Amino acid sequence: MRVECEQEAGSGVSVAAASVWNNPAAIIQVENLSKQVASPEGPLVILDDIGFSIAKGESVAVVGASGSGKSTLLGLLAGLDTPTQGRVWLAGVDLNSLDEDGRALLRAQRVGFVFQSFQLLTGLTALENVMLPLELAGQSDARRQALDLLERVGLKARARHYPAQLSGGEQQRVALARAFAGNPDVLFADEPTGNLDQKTGHRIVELLFTLNREQGATLVLVTHDAELAAYCDRILELDDGRLRPPSVKQPGGA
Amino acid sequence: MSNTTLVSPSAEKAAPNWRDVSRMALRALRRDWQSGELRVLAIALLIAVASVAAVGFFTDRIQQAMERKASELLGADLVIAASRPIQPALAEEAQRQGLQIAETMSFRSVVLVGETTQLAEVKAVGPGYPLRGALQVSDAPFAPPQIVTVIPRPGQVWLDERLIQTLGLKVGDLVNLGVREFSVAQVLAYEPDRAGDLFSIAPRLLLNLADMPSTELVQPGSRVEYRLLLAGDPAALADFKAWAKPRLADGEKLQSVREARAELRSALDRAQRFLNLAALVSVILAGVGVAIAARRFAARHWDSVAILRCVGATEALIVRLFVLELLALATLAGLAGLIVGYGAQYGLSGVLGQLVSRTELPAPSWLPVLPSLATGFVTLLGFGLPPLLRLREVPPLRVLRRDLGPVNPRLLALYGPAMAATAALLAWQAGEWRLALYVCAGVAATMVALSLAAWGLVKSLNLLRGQVGVAWRFGLANIARRGPGSAVQVVALGLGLMALLILTLVRTDLLSSWRASLPPDAPNHFLINVQTGEVEGVRAFLRERDLRDVELFPMVRGRLTALNGRPVGPEDYANPRAQRLVAREFNLSWADALQEDNRILAGRWWNADDRGQGVASVEVGLAEDLGIALGDTLRFQIAGQNVEAKVMSLRSVEWDSFRANFFVVFPSGVLENYPATWITSFYLPPDRKPVLAELVRQYPSITILDVEALMTKVREIVDRVIAAVEYVFLFTLAAGLVVLYAAIQATQDERRFESAVLRTLGAQRKVVRRSLLAEFATLGLLAGVLAAAAATLLGYVLAEQVFDFTYQWNPWIWLLGGGAGALGVGLAGLLGARSALNQPPWRALREG
Ligand SMILES: Nc1ncnc2c1ncn2[C@@H]1O[C@H](COP(=O)(O)OP(=O)(O)OP(=O)(O)O)[C@@H](O)[C@H]1O
Ligand SMILES: [Mg+2]
Repeated sequence: MRVECEQEAGSGVSVAAASVWNNPAAIIQVENLSKQVASPEGPLVILDDIGFSIAKGESVAVVGASGSGKSTLLGLLAGLDTPTQGRVWLAGVDLNSLDEDGRALLRAQRVGFVFQSFQLLTGLTALENVMLPLELAGQSDARRQALDLLERVGLKARARHYPAQLSGGEQQRVALARAFAGNPDVLFADEPTGNLDQKTGHRIVELLFTLNREQGATLVLVTHDAELAAYCDRILELDDGRLRPPSVKQPGGA
Repeated sequence: MSNTTLVSPSAEKAAPNWRDVSRMALRALRRDWQSGELRVLAIALLIAVASVAAVGFFTDRIQQAMERKASELLGADLVIAASRPIQPALAEEAQRQGLQIAETMSFRSVVLVGETTQLAEVKAVGPGYPLRGALQVSDAPFAPPQIVTVIPRPGQVWLDERLIQTLGLKVGDLVNLGVREFSVAQVLAYEPDRAGDLFSIAPRLLLNLADMPSTELVQPGSRVEYRLLLAGDPAALADFKAWAKPRLADGEKLQSVREARAELRSALDRAQRFLNLAALVSVILAGVGVAIAARRFAARHWDSVAILRCVGATEALIVRLFVLELLALATLAGLAGLIVGYGAQYGLSGVLGQLVSRTELPAPSWLPVLPSLATGFVTLLGFGLPPLLRLREVPPLRVLRRDLGPVNPRLLALYGPAMAATAALLAWQAGEWRLALYVCAGVAATMVALSLAAWGLVKSLNLLRGQVGVAWRFGLANIARRGPGSAVQVVALGLGLMALLILTLVRTDLLSSWRASLPPDAPNHFLINVQTGEVEGVRAFLRERDLRDVELFPMVRGRLTALNGRPVGPEDYANPRAQRLVAREFNLSWADALQEDNRILAGRWWNADDRGQGVASVEVGLAEDLGIALGDTLRFQIAGQNVEAKVMSLRSVEWDSFRANFFVVFPSGVLENYPATWITSFYLPPDRKPVLAELVRQYPSITILDVEALMTKVREIVDRVIAAVEYVFLFTLAAGLVVLYAAIQATQDERRFESAVLRTLGAQRKVVRRSLLAEFATLGLLAGVLAAAAATLLGYVLAEQVFDFTYQWNPWIWLLGGGAGALGVGLAGLLGARSALNQPPWRALREG
């Protein structure tokens, strides 16, 4: 895969007229985003005044040292958590204007998720796990679609197995199938290969990018792996809760 | 190169000593407390100890209060009775110890009015009599009585209604007693300490003790009962009792209220049983709460234990660590529970406030402290330890494979010993083996039934799996997916609901059955001395006056002279009640049908072939006191002749029903030829008292006994006891709620995680909520219906076997059980998940 680094206007720069959806090409737009939590030592700033936007179909890697706030940012982008300050527009909708259920509905229609620790429901079979988002979106042929997806990640034969009976790599493939169920517009992945050996990690990444390309989805990927980050169209680097100004060239992109 | 040299340096440090382990355990306690892991466990424990302590404190105080109330029927708190003048030293010491005293003498003597004589039970009373309760007098027989606080003045006597009737006297007339003449000053309507059973004593004459010498009635060899009445605070009484016991002369006996009256004895026994039931159920419930909370606590520690094992902790160390942590928790929560229990029982005075009349509620004693703490420890160790002990089975491999946990053992094998130990402790404490046995067997059977039903539910819902769908189908499938977790939940919910049902419906049913055993129209008048020739006439008289269903019973007097051919007398018995019984004549009766409120406990009632045979049925309490067993041969002396009978059955009798009842009953065809009088009892509304005067005019020899006052006393006591029992049950209720709470909490961790994942995948809250509702409501419905079945069965067994009531079936229990189960548990489940649902899913996922 060719690595491309688009230097798009607006990334890393705060946009002036803040409260309007001003970039129709962007599927995600972030403004002045801050997250602060209370800790025993007083308020702790996890994310500090972040702003960027991501265009439809783009693949973006979020990198940074451990504890720099990557997972927190991902949670905010997907509306899984609420910011202390600032705004996130997802698919043209201001997440702040939605309530919990509104955000859930938006996720059901547009978002897929892959976690470092898979987060499969242990009591459901692989097939049932993949069917879950389809059913929640009210799709009638959930079973067939889920079987298709399992086939594409090479696990059709294991459809009736429970997560505990699958290896880590297999579990993550089920999680991928689940994430792509329902054709999401945006796929969030938080260190999807962090728990896997290198070889398996590569297979998962290939699968991730293939599925992403086939479905034309936008990919936001958190990773520590420079090689994996280099696969992406663009890299956002977090440093202690702040977004680093984009460097002009990525090493691999020259 | 040998292994030993390699291992030895570290081997010495391998096992940490107790001090280090204790420190680790205390640190773990603090950490677990701060992280909230221990809260449910601690609350369950606290309520366990608090309810046991409260029940203990209450039971103790209520008992003291009731005995005080009952003291009114003894006229004192304590009585020393003797057949010779009581040593003056006893009275002196009692006064020195601050007790009130009063003296009485009673004996039989003939009262003379002109030509008429009548044998009377004469009682001479000294100042202060009665120390408890009060005399009631009236101006004419059956006129409304008034309470008085005085005794007859010298030169005056008070006669009871019977004596006035038989002698044809009125107030102001003169009677002769011994060598003196007295004037009749009052009609004696009620005497608190009228001892013995109502029908065997001659009519009463009351006079002032100061007049006794002048009657010259008491001569050497006269049969006189001397009594020293004592009253005061319980501590002083106990001191005095201890002091007096070794100093009593031959023939001097201590009597307290328990031995005094059959009606009261059974009321007090029932009360005791109710309170024990409350204690027993709360302990078992708290145990279940502890068990569930401990199970969750243990499950949450699998990971950390696996890590400890990985870094080299031995099984023994793990066990020691958790046992110490648990013991520390037990001590803290136990002490807190004790304080709560002690504080809570002050509410009791509020409940009993209006009921406790003159006598104050006695101060709580410290007696219940140790048993309740002990019960707390047994509960915690018995129910809480098994799941924690299983932590040592957590394989270290769990750090690599999260799905590994300790193997699942059988629930009953795990908690059976704990239940047995708890039951044994309570049974020993309360002395109620039968009650403990029934309740424990009931709980165990319920647990088995609930487990089976839960298993069936899980299996049948598994069929729905293929169609795991939205909302409620997802919820139902959840039950199947959770398998063992769901089963534990059904069992716990079922037990909790069963407790609540028992505490609401069954309790009400039992208490109203108790009240019903003494209904407002319970007989309040007895007719005695009805001659055989008058039976038909009296029956017709009563029927004409709308006093229906009045049954007359024959009564033949006889003295028990031999048991299995061996002569018996008072000297053969140590028990004063037994001595009194043997010294007196018994009222024997005959009947072909068993009286309605009697119940055969051993042997069988006779049939037509047994008529005219020498067989008898004996009341079970009498049999116990006199050592009579089924099949023994009794010899009675009746009118100078011997009659032998073999004991064919033992019967229980409701002495507090105020119906005529007999210690010994024969079949017809045995006693008919002996002189008999007849007896009956009936209810007469207060406004129809004139009927009595009419009856006396037509049948002058019949004696009427008015037991309304006595019955009011017993009823008052029953009402008080019921109020107290209801209060005590509040604690059992709290224990039941804790079980329900723990049951709902039990799967909360999984649920939090699941609902977070679901919402990440785009499920709206109402979908998650609906699936939770479907799951909990189904569990609740199943648990509720089963709980209703169990509560009904247990209520029935308790009523029939333990409390001796007729159980009244209550159809509402099913509706309430199922409805409250489905709705209550469903809503509680939703409520429990509320905080997790309103929080962004990210947080739950991070914590999971
Ligand atoms: N709820 C919270 N309470 C307190 N601190 C938090 C909370 N959530 C996140 N943090 C802190 O915020 C910082 C950023 O966390 P985050 O998980 O986003 O880091 P990360 O960049 O994903 O790190 P890693 O690469 O190790 O996963 C960390 O220091 C974390 O401890
Ligand atoms: Mg992270």
